[in-house]
Amino acid sequence: MGAVGLLLIISAVTFGIFFLVPKAAGVTSDDLAARFAGKTPDAATLEAIKDRFALDEPVPVQYGKYIKSIVAGDTYDTGVETIDCPAPCLGYSFRTNQPVFDEIVDRAPVTFMIAIGAAVLWLLAGITIGVVSALRRGSVIDRVSMGIALAGVSLPVFFTGLLSLAFVVHRWQLLPEVNYRGFSDNPFSLLLPWICLAFLYAALYARLTRAGMLETMNEDYIRTARAKGLPERTVVVKHGLRATLTPIMTVFGLDFGLLLGGAIITERTFSLPGIGQLALDGIYQSDLPVVLGATMVVALFVVLANLIVDILYGVVDPRVRHS
Amino acid sequence: MKSPKVVTSAAAAAVALSLGLSACGGSDDSGDGGGSAKFDAGSTAVVNASDKKGGVLKYAQPDDFDSLDPANMYYAYALNFSRVYSRGLMTYASKPGTAGAEIVPDLAEAKGVVGEGGKTVTYTLKQGVKYEDGSQIKAADVKYAVARTFDRGVLRNGPSYFTQLLDADGYKGPFKDKNLDNFKGVDTPDERTVVFKLKKPFSEFDQVVGFAGQTNPLPQAKDKGERYGLHPFSSGPYKFEGDYQPKKGGVLVRNEHWDQATDPNRKQLPDRIEIQSALKAEEIDNRLISGSVHVDLPGSGVQAAARQQILTQPKLKDSADNPLAGFHWYLPINTEVIPNVECRKAIVWATDRSALFRAYGGEVGGEPATSIQPPTVAGREKGTDFYTKADANYTGDPAKAKEALAACGQPNGFSTKMVFRSDRPKEKLAAEAMKQALERVGIKIELAGYPSGTYTNEQFGSPAWTKKEKVGLGTYGWAPDWSTGYGYLQPITDQDAIVDTGNSNTSVLKDAEVNKKWDEVVSIQDPAARAKIYNEIDQRVREQAAIIPNVYAKSLLFRPSTLANVYLHAGFGMYNYATLGVTG
Amino acid sequence: MGDKRVARGRRPELVDDAPGGAASAPPSSFVEVRDLRIHFPTDDGIVKSVDGLSFALERGRTLGIVGESGSGKSVTSLGILGLHNRRNARVSGEIWVGGTDIVGADPETVRKLRGRTMSMIFQDPLSSMHPFYTVGKQIVEAYRVHNDVSKQVARKHAIDMLGRVGIPNPAKRVDDYPHQFSGGMRQRAMIAMALSCDPELLIADEPTTALDVTVQAQILDLLRDLQQEFNSAIIMITHDLGVVAELSDDILVMYGGRAVEYASVDDAFHRPLHPYTWGLLGSMPRLDRERTARLNPIKGSPPSLINVPQGCAFNPRCAFRDLNDGRSETERPELVELEPGHQAACHLPLDKRRELWESEIRPKL
Repeated sequence: MGAVGLLLIISAVTFGIFFLVPKAAGVTSDDLAARFAGKTPDAATLEAIKDRFALDEPVPVQYGKYIKSIVAGDTYDTGVETIDCPAPCLGYSFRTNQPVFDEIVDRAPVTFMIAIGAAVLWLLAGITIGVVSALRRGSVIDRVSMGIALAGVSLPVFFTGLLSLAFVVHRWQLLPEVNYRGFSDNPFSLLLPWICLAFLYAALYARLTRAGMLETMNEDYIRTARAKGLPERTVVVKHGLRATLTPIMTVFGLDFGLLLGGAIITERTFSLPGIGQLALDGIYQSDLPVVLGATMVVALFVVLANLIVDILYGVVDPRVRHS
Repeated sequence: MKSPKVVTSAAAAAVALSLGLSACGGSDDSGDGGGSAKFDAGSTAVVNASDKKGGVLKYAQPDDFDSLDPANMYYAYALNFSRVYSRGLMTYASKPGTAGAEIVPDLAEAKGVVGEGGKTVTYTLKQGVKYEDGSQIKAADVKYAVARTFDRGVLRNGPSYFTQLLDADGYKGPFKDKNLDNFKGVDTPDERTVVFKLKKPFSEFDQVVGFAGQTNPLPQAKDKGERYGLHPFSSGPYKFEGDYQPKKGGVLVRNEHWDQATDPNRKQLPDRIEIQSALKAEEIDNRLISGSVHVDLPGSGVQAAARQQILTQPKLKDSADNPLAGFHWYLPINTEVIPNVECRKAIVWATDRSALFRAYGGEVGGEPATSIQPPTVAGREKGTDFYTKADANYTGDPAKAKEALAACGQPNGFSTKMVFRSDRPKEKLAAEAMKQALERVGIKIELAGYPSGTYTNEQFGSPAWTKKEKVGLGTYGWAPDWSTGYGYLQPITDQDAIVDTGNSNTSVLKDAEVNKKWDEVVSIQDPAARAKIYNEIDQRVREQAAIIPNVYAKSLLFRPSTLANVYLHAGFGMYNYATLGVTG
Repeated sequence: MGDKRVARGRRPELVDDAPGGAASAPPSSFVEVRDLRIHFPTDDGIVKSVDGLSFALERGRTLGIVGESGSGKSVTSLGILGLHNRRNARVSGEIWVGGTDIVGADPETVRKLRGRTMSMIFQDPLSSMHPFYTVGKQIVEAYRVHNDVSKQVARKHAIDMLGRVGIPNPAKRVDDYPHQFSGGMRQRAMIAMALSCDPELLIADEPTTALDVTVQAQILDLLRDLQQEFNSAIIMITHDLGVVAELSDDILVMYGGRAVEYASVDDAFHRPLHPYTWGLLGSMPRLDRERTARLNPIKGSPPSLINVPQGCAFNPRCAFRDLNDGRSETERPELVELEPGHQAACHLPLDKRRELWESEIRPKL
């Protein structure tokens, strides 16, 4: 229920940003309409566009219609025919005239593949590096990997991505060009985006894991585990890491949820047609239904991710389950 | 350019009178070429000529078409590409050099026949022209195509010439008014005859028909309204395989029902044509150079990084062309905000042309402008300089500027505002150069940058806004719909062309002499006589110091060695897409 | 407290104070600690948490190690289990447990001893048990690491152990998590875990501190019963002399990382020979005294372990510092056997101490 309320608020805010902020800045509905017209639009064209997109309708009315179409579905007039848009109808793109829902569904696999592949990489790498650094605190390994981690955190994907495209792909031709091929066609077509995105996050997670492990390994129950005569590996993995992973899981849930809503910079850098690109194009092109739809999807994924994290928390930490 | 999406729509002289084009005197049909082309060879002649069939031709673009519905597009590159799958009554000739700017018959047998004192224009369809399903193309389909352009809510991207020129006031288009007989703007006395009925004579009607795809026929039953652009019904050499996916791409394959015999302007060489959309511009450049993409669809030139790479490596440079792109980066002076012509003259005199030339990229970026019309416009004359010199080393004449200021009654200068597109580094440099140059004579400039997404609509393109904000000048560029003086100058100088939003007459010029000439010229049928008037208007506007000429833009295009039949098309200002092939 | 007659344990020979210790004879006791030093290098200097400690213990007997926090008692217990990280702790001396020198042995050998030959009960069972695993799993883990048995067998053993430490309905509670237990039950579970492999040496670090008095007594009873059952040696680490009196045979009083008195419980309670021990006895809570009068803490604070001053570490806080002839400020007193089986480290003349105890201290207790 809270999630539904949140989505309502997010959509209302998005509506507000789209209509009210430009209005406050002095943008008229003619200006808005002109963004959808060709060169030197005449008054009749602007009038027709305003009419077509209902740009002159009061914002609350438009918002009401939007919510209604999500719940009850809507119809869409192409000019020659009326198409049914079943619930949840997120409307039709002002630019491509495609149902926004279909566009999102069409692009979701790309984003999912980016997010899942990168997440696997960064969890593996980040946590391993973090654990090793924590256990060898102050050693050369620790310093080098934390140095790389600091670099990783401060190197955005568009930087590592462009560099790797320019050199790894085009100059040295170590990897093929990055084109989304679908997981079944080529499971590794997104290797480079995975690596670049994972680099950023792995750095973050290595630092998180290291800090968590340093704290956990000082806990009394770790001492107990050692006192029982458990091998050090068991102590570190089963007792130390297990406890460290719980807070990391929370962060991961949020990160991953956001990524599922569109790995915007990665998609942009590698020209991958994911949800993030869709949203970005929507914003550039004042394509309200797309912006709204993408925002709602991001919000939905974040809300879902939070929900799953909450549930998982109960699974992982019995103290939460029983309280 | 008026809007960021109209990338280039250039043109060249239809008649070989142009002085500025002496360098472009390549033969109309140079069959040489073949691999060992030199730098800029494709600007004037066919490179790598070949009639070899087969292969996959790959296009890529960073954004996407405004639409693939030929009647609902305005990007020059989209219009260029639409010729691959769609035909209209008239089109640009597929020829290198200046000949490409000429509008020639396509589905029509001949140019439009003017009747009733210029109020009708009649075309006759060729025999045996067919759609992709083998059915006959009929005159009624052309009428329907024109009729649907009247629904500006559905076909909002395309030009609106027909609604302005045709005698069909009050018609709402076939989507709202299902009875096509209610559309009186076009008559079809038989299956092959199309008669356009004009409100008043318009001497460049062939150009209106030929520059865009709004007469490209489609059967009413095949129309999908707003969604027609996802899968246009082909009449050209290629047809879509499945729907086009906006922002992703699409595939075209041979259309077996297209007949080369009816179509001298297109070829059907590759087996397949693939379009990849939403590929980052830098990545497209990389792939062009590596050969995995053949054509950068927008045709506006490579990005800074690739430009550097290409110009410094001789081997790459030989695969590049540096043509005039058909548009002119000029600086309008707002005559409403600075009404005194002497004050405007002072600005022109003080302008540092050398600094502007460098701001727009020097030799490779363009050449210093004299006239407002670029050399690619048919019948354009070079003209004489007013209050400035078209010279890459000219830094202005502060003394003359001071005199003009005195004449204006502002001997110590004045203050005004200059706007530019903040996301375009060249324009930012140009604005800074202006500020510096004008300060020499006491004219103080306040600079203000705006995003290019709204600049031409809501800021510089809004006369009310420029008046309110007291914007005296700004950066601007313009490419014509078609390459005549009318196409180039009318929207930017005619008082009638001023609109509230998306205004192109950014000087807000309301000059009686200019207006009168525009009213008269549309009835003159002789192109040479019209060109003379266009040149007079060009001169008058500069004499009024309403526009500071700056540079004619040149672009840097790259052609992979496997791309065949490559040449710069004067009508589109980029390579001609209708004849390309691939080798190897 | 003195009603428990206990046999005297063997005391180790006094070992030379020289660091490192000379090559030594094999141990004659089950547990034998010789000149144990545990130092921690820090940025501020070397922290000498344990600095020359020796004691011995037989199976079936209990040694109480008493001292304030920071006296080195817990560091000692972790040292015996070999739990100090070799990268931040310097351990020297010898710790013989059942014939193995923990200090000299390789880590894997020591690990295998931990939990089986020697195990430990920690002070705070809530933080000392892993919050994410059931009590049963934690006992099973402890058992299976040393015994090659199936999970089912180990689980039966865990239920068995829980029953033996007096947890009602063990077959059900075995699947509960630590936080679902009450404090006392949790400590029992901890003991069950520590005893799961029948250890020969059990170290209990403040096993009852976190518990209320009734539960305390139950736990101590339990330990005593279990000791008889398993014949384990127990080292009881505590700051509470009451606990020691209850359970121990011998007592080792630590101050500033060193032993200041080492005696049988009887001697320590009835004839203590160190002013610090007197102080501890004075501050011992007793059930037969009024609450207001019962605490009489030692004034001052424990000594710094970094820059250990010359002389007696207890000197600054010693109520009788004026009575020695100044030696306590310059010379560190050694632990000396003053009576058979009774050692203490103090410069005050022995007679004077006996006199002070009888005349000034004992009557006030």
